[in-house]
Amino acid sequence: MSKKTLIPIGPYHPLQEEPELFKLYCDGEIVKDIKWETGYNHRGIEKLSESKTYEQVFFLVERICGICSTSHPFAFANAVEEIVGKEITDRAKYIRSIIGELERLHSHLLWVGLAGHFLGYNTVFMWAWKYREPILDIFEMITGNRNSYAMFKVGGVRRDIEGTKIPAIQKVLDDFKKKADLLTGAVMDDPVIHARTRGVGILTKQDVIDYAAVGPTARASGLAIDIRKDDPYAAYPLVNWKVITAQAGDVFAKAEVRLLEMYESISIIEQCLEGLKKEKEGDISVKVTEIPEGTGNGRAEAPRGEVFHFVVSDGSSSPARHKIRAPSYVNIATFRKSCIGQTIADATISLAAVDPCYCCTERMAVAYDVHSGKKLMNAEELINLSVKRTNDIRDND
Amino acid sequence: MGFKSYCFKKSLWVFHFGGASCNNCDIEILDCLTPRHDLERFGILLVGSIRHADVLLVNGSINRRDKERLLEIYNQAPKPILVVAIGACGCTGGIFAEGMTFAGPVDKIIPVNAYIPGCPPKPEAIIAGIVKLVNNS
Repeated sequence: MSKKTLIPIGPYHPLQEEPELFKLYCDGEIVKDIKWETGYNHRGIEKLSESKTYEQVFFLVERICGICSTSHPFAFANAVEEIVGKEITDRAKYIRSIIGELERLHSHLLWVGLAGHFLGYNTVFMWAWKYREPILDIFEMITGNRNSYAMFKVGGVRRDIEGTKIPAIQKVLDDFKKKADLLTGAVMDDPVIHARTRGVGILTKQDVIDYAAVGPTARASGLAIDIRKDDPYAAYPLVNWKVITAQAGDVFAKAEVRLLEMYESISIIEQCLEGLKKEKEGDISVKVTEIPEGTGNGRAEAPRGEVFHFVVSDGSSSPARHKIRAPSYVNIATFRKSCIGQTIADATISLAAVDPCYCCTERMAVAYDVHSGKKLMNAEELINLSVKRTNDIRDND
Repeated sequence: MGFKSYCFKKSLWVFHFGGASCNNCDIEILDCLTPRHDLERFGILLVGSIRHADVLLVNGSINRRDKERLLEIYNQAPKPILVVAIGACGCTGGIFAEGMTFAGPVDKIIPVNAYIPGCPPKPEAIIAGIVKLVNNS
C-alpha cells in the first residue's frame, strides 16, 4: 500500500462555521479515505431535556440548531401532541407551516451562499445572503427575533400572525420572487458553477437507500421522500405543492433541488396566508392541562431532511426520556461514497453539498440488529471504544 | 497614545472561534460581513488564522473538548488581543450551563474584554459592541 498524506480540515477551520474535524487521506490529489471526528459541539441536550418542563424544552430544542430552529420544536410538538391526543386548531397549523417554510427559504439561501463560498465564488455568497435578509425581517416582524423564534408550544403557537401583517409579508415575498428568479438563473446558467459541480460527488439512488440519507440529499438522487407528504402534519395536507426531485445525484442536482424547493415554499406560504384569512383571529391554541403517560413519535421535514423526536412521558411535568435524531446524522455517512476518489478541491464542495449541520448531529445512537434484536454494541464495548479513541487522540497530539 | 490603543487604531482583523454553539451566533457574525451590514467597510476582516488576528470572537458554550483548544488558540494569539464573548452562551453558558459537558463560560478560561449578550445578538448589537470596545481600548 502506498503512503497516504493526511490533510486535516478543522476543527476550527476558516471554511467552516462549526467545529468538526475531517481527515482526508490523500494519494497525490486524490482522496483515498475519509474520517471525521465530532464531539466539539456536544452539549448533552437529551439529558438536559429530562430536567426541564415541557414548556421549557421547546426553548432548549430550538437551540439544538440555529439554522433549523423551527424543525426541532416542530417535531417535539408533534411527539408530545401524539401523547396528548389533541388536534390543534387550523389557524395554528397554518402559522406553524408558515414559520417552517420561511425557515426553509432562509436555510436554502444560506446554503446556496455557503456553497458559492466553498467553490471560491464569493459573489454568490454575498448575493444569496443579501436576499436572505428580507426573510429574516419577516421573522422579526412576526416573532420578534431573527433566528430563534419561540413560536411553538404544546397545543398550538404562542403568537398570532394578525391580518394587518399579511400584506407586508406578501410584499416581501413578491419582491423576493423576482430576486429568486435572478439568483436561480445566475446559478443554473453559470458555466463556472457547472464546471465545478456537474458530475462531482455523485450519490446513486442505491447509495442513498443503503446509507438511509434523507432530505434534499436523497431527493437529488431521484428518491422522492419528504415527511411533509409521507407523514403529513400541520397544514401541509391542506395546501397544494409537489416534491422536487432530480436524477443526477451530483452537487449540481442538490443545488437545483434546493433552489426549486424555494419556489414551492413560497407557494405554500402564500396558500397558508390565504388560509389564515378564513380563520378566526386569536384562535391559536387549545388548552393542554396535563401530559398523560405514554410514548410519542414526532417527525418533521427540516430544510436538511427528516427530524425525529421520540418522547417518553411518565405523567410528570418533564419528559422521562427524549431521543433526537437529526438529518445530518445520517447524511454525513454518505461522505464515504461521495468524497472518496475525488480530488481535494472537489471533496470540500462534496462535503458541503449535503448541508451538514454538526450542532444537530452531536448525539449518540445505539444500533440493534434487525433480525436478532441484539444490540450491536453494548455498554462495555462502548466504554472500551471511548477509551481507545481518547488514547488515539492523546497519542496524535 | 498608549501601545494598546496604537495597536487597535486601524483595521481590526477578526478570528472566529465557534465553541459548542447552536450556530445562531456564527451565522449572525457572518451576517455582519455580508452586504446589508458590510463590516469590511471599516477594515474588519474575518481571517483564517489566529496569528493574523487582533480580535478573537468566541461564541457558544465551551465544552470539555473545546476548553483545551480555546486555551491553545488564545496562547497562539499575538498580544495584545481583544477577546469578545458573543451571545448568551459565550457570556454565561446560557441554556447549556447545566449540561454535563459544560466546562465553564469563556471568562473562566481566558480573559474577556467585552460581552455581547443576546440569543443570538443582532448584527447591529455585534457592531455596536465592537465599536464600544475599540473606543475604550
